[in-house]
Amino acid sequence: MMSLGAIFFYIISAFILLMGILAVTTRKIFRSAIYLLGSLIGIAGLYFWPEVEFIAAVQIVVYVGGIVVLIIFSIFLTQQSGKEMPRTNLSRNIFSLLGVIAGFLLSCSLIHQYGFEAGSQPFDNAVSRIGLYMLNTGKDGFALPFEAVSILLLAALIGCIVIAMKSVPTKSTK
Amino acid sequence: MTEIPISHMLFVSTALFFIGMYGFFTRRNMITMLMAIELMLNSVNINFVIFNKYLYPDKMDGIFFTIFVITIAAAEAAVAIAIIINLYRSHQSIDVEEADNLKN
Repeated sequence: MMSLGAIFFYIISAFILLMGILAVTTRKIFRSAIYLLGSLIGIAGLYFWPEVEFIAAVQIVVYVGGIVVLIIFSIFLTQQSGKEMPRTNLSRNIFSLLGVIAGFLLSCSLIHQYGFEAGSQPFDNAVSRIGLYMLNTGKDGFALPFEAVSILLLAALIGCIVIAMKSVPTKSTK
Repeated sequence: MTEIPISHMLFVSTALFFIGMYGFFTRRNMITMLMAIELMLNSVNINFVIFNKYLYPDKMDGIFFTIFVITIAAAEAAVAIAIIINLYRSHQSIDVEEADNLKN
């Protein structure tokens, strides 16, 4: 008899995989974005399930609130969202399906052979502990990657503005 | 909570990764390809969190890798969408087959 937690895990997993499959196979692009949204919310649920709450919150804020909205914006800017996308040709479909299934079976057999054993220690991931590690400059600290990522974000921000800026037609001075 | 073997959680993330890969191979529209990449990045994040929680509960590395992957995925999506919009402005299309200026 499975416990309630285990049943929840399998329900969330089935939801994530179903939404993922629909997101990559549906031919209407806006529906694809909505299915992606469902899959990302399911993944946030999968983080809540083993009590990793901070990552779940970050997942909801950044992916559901940020990236999906950005994607939907760009769909509205570039597509007629009701129109169906053209069908992919059959040979490419078959070969990618074969490759993907082969890769999946290979990875599953590797995971099965290795047989990971769960430890029984409790996992303390309070937000205060995450914050201490993030700004710690000692041996286990993550202060350097934190700074590197902040510079990367700044560079990406400026880069986005420069790329998407409408270029003003300049008069040639010659 | 530990009655579910870790391998089942890893099967879920593997399946999600290969679903994303299938989407990346078959789609020809840049926005849907970007969505497939997001699915793949998310499956990797699930792996990091599960490994950190169940195999190395005294460390925090998996949590931090997840945070950094999410951050970089956000930056990547923003830059990709800026490029897509710029491409749409010059080609009136975001199909990857039509963006072949460097080829000829």
